[in-house]
Amino acid sequence: MTLEEIAKRLKLKALYSDYENIFCTNAYCSDLLSDIMGNAKDESILISIQAHKNTVAVASLKDSPAIIICNNRPIGEDMIEACKDEGIALFVTGDNQFEVSAKLYACLHKALPS
Amino acid sequence: MPTIPLNTESSPEAVIELLFKLKVKDVMSTNIFTAKPQTTMRDIQNSMKKHYITGLPITEGDTLVGIVSMDDIINAFDKNTIDEACESHMTRNLIVLQESMPLSLAVSYFNKYKFGRFPVLNKKNKLTGIVTTTDVIAALLVAMNKEVERLEIEAQQAQDALQIEDEKQRKERSKILEKAKNLEAFPNRLIEFKTEPFNFETAGQASTEIKKMLRGMAVDKALARRIGIASYELEINQVVHSKGGMMRYYISPESIVIEAIDTGPGIPDVDAALTEGFSTASEQVRAFGFGAGMGLPNTKRVSDLFHINSKPGKNTTVRVQFNLSQEPETE
Repeated sequence: MTLEEIAKRLKLKALYSDYENIFCTNAYCSDLLSDIMGNAKDESILISIQAHKNTVAVASLKDSPAIIICNNRPIGEDMIEACKDEGIALFVTGDNQFEVSAKLYACLHKALPS
Repeated sequence: MPTIPLNTESSPEAVIELLFKLKVKDVMSTNIFTAKPQTTMRDIQNSMKKHYITGLPITEGDTLVGIVSMDDIINAFDKNTIDEACESHMTRNLIVLQESMPLSLAVSYFNKYKFGRFPVLNKKNKLTGIVTTTDVIAALLVAMNKEVERLEIEAQQAQDALQIEDEKQRKERSKILEKAKNLEAFPNRLIEFKTEPFNFETAGQASTEIKKMLRGMAVDKALARRIGIASYELEINQVVHSKGGMMRYYISPESIVIEAIDTGPGIPDVDAALTEGFSTASEQVRAFGFGAGMGLPNTKRVSDLFHINSKPGKNTTVRVQFNLSQEPETE
């Protein structure tokens, strides 16, 4: 599903509007940066509450198309600028990581594994 | 007469400086009209009318002996003493200013004594000028103009300096990228980045730059990611655990080697450090999502060759190698 479609379905708020509307197939939810580095599949959307620049560095190294920050965590200008520089979309939502993961899983897989 | 709002406690520094830097002699009128003690009150009144002034100093030579004000003139008309010599009607008890007094003191005199003017004496007690509130206003306006102009120029210069610094950094960054883009083959190259302890602003910058460079060199995407992971984990380790260090990248046609050398404090138990989940990161650093205890294990897993050497109490060196295949990207 494309980022724009995901943003619409999950009612995500984009922190800048001219992001690349990439087609996504996977996501990873974690707040430990090394865990993301080690275990996330490449090109996965990152779901996290770590709203700072270092998350962007990790996302860039994993070629993530987007970061979704949960629980309406405040996001500083420097993180937004870093995302713009790296070409990574940045979203924020009031939902928590469980809710975002569940909804995104449904969007990307349509059904739970049997 | 309303009080002049003189505030020397909480005014901006530039204003206070003006009030103290300007002296009475910078502000006073030196073209003074005077009269002698024998001059009649009527003649003085005519002089006042002619010169549009409301107070006349009375002098003997250049020594000030008294002052006649409009008030004194009206009283003289009232008591019918207007044709008498002024010496019996002038005010002898005078409030005067010294040439060298700061303007702030002059303004406080205007507030305290409610006179419209003050005669000014020099160090030898000779009359050299007179100060009215108009003189003060004129001087302050001129000084204010100069000061505001100077402050505006200063502010512009500061902004220009910042912009130049910004430009310089941007040029540095794009130079690195340009060099990477212009490479045709893989010549042997060495690139270095310094890391600073606990500087999370710049943490990860070396790895991001290297990854951009590798992309520009058309290195295989998956390989570039592995190198990025190893570089990032080693770079963050230096920022989180060391006293500062150097990230070195050796690029040759056959391989890319990353060397992370720090200046201390060394790893007491290297085997533990290589265990997944083991971390010595502080609480503060864990709040940022670091300290998962996977840095070195991640690095080892993605690299083709991994070597770590640490002297407890001294320093740590990690060297990892990635073998480059000459096959074109197949993704």
